[in-house]
Amino acid sequence: MKELVELLVKALVDYPDAVDIQERETDSSVIVEVRVADEDVGKVIGKGGRVVKAIRTVVKAAAPRGTKKVMVEILS
Amino acid sequence: MGEWIHKKARTVEEAKRALLEELGASEDEVEIEVVEEPAKGLLGLLMGREAWVKGRLLEDKGKFAARFLQDITERMGVQATVEVEERDGDYIKVNIRGRNLGVLIGRRGDTLDALQYLVNIAASRAAKDGPGIIIDAEGYRRRRERSLRKLASRLSERVKRTGRRVVLEPMTPHERRVIHLALRDDPCVETHSEGEEPYRKVVISYRRKRHH
Repeated sequence: MKELVELLVKALVDYPDAVDIQERETDSSVIVEVRVADEDVGKVIGKGGRVVKAIRTVVKAAAPRGTKKVMVEILS
Repeated sequence: MGEWIHKKARTVEEAKRALLEELGASEDEVEIEVVEEPAKGLLGLLMGREAWVKGRLLEDKGKFAARFLQDITERMGVQATVEVEERDGDYIKVNIRGRNLGVLIGRRGDTLDALQYLVNIAASRAAKDGPGIIIDAEGYRRRRERSLRKLASRLSERVKRTGRRVVLEPMTPHERRVIHLALRDDPCVETHSEGEEPYRKVVISYRRKRHH
């Protein structure tokens, strides 16, 4: 999941080298934490959260059925 | 994307010109960055610094979109082939072929719409200017358009029969456009949209005769 999020996020930002993706697992879910340069936060979230919503939709679709819930969080 | 080419010259303009010359391209086909502005040295040019620019050829928008989408499907664990199907003036159509593409389509096409949205943003950043990209998988959009047109004509008949307006379910802008276009030439009904995205809905209503 990390590789997929990385591919998507790096294509959207001005500073791809500053993109840092960490995957964290809890009992019930997998959390993908996305860190980008301050200047890029708005690009990854999008107007009204549209971009991050699209990323979440794609990531959810890619998660195999019956596995843990996948969450994508943008941190700055 | 092409390799970065570096050029130095007395001025930024001269360096840019030399760069475009070497790439054999016009300015809108190239991404250019100024690495260093020129600086005058104390002893004229002797201690000065030249202007330094770098540039690279931008990729064709359709080609970029197809390659990016191919990478995405691979990382989603889906076996598929992505191709640029056609480019008419209005759209670049990118088609995904393969078996079991349901994962890429999602419920009522929401995954396909999300992919299309992200690919459009990425392509307009990284590729040459061009028309918008429409992504289809297993002919899903074509089938959906056909069923939307059928729905439009069925509901317009109901409006004519009852004289009452019909509110459709929420649809994407592209889907609403299909409905509007399907009924545009029908003199007995009119269509418009109501509500806010993403819950915006088409309304079909009876067209009242105008009295003068």
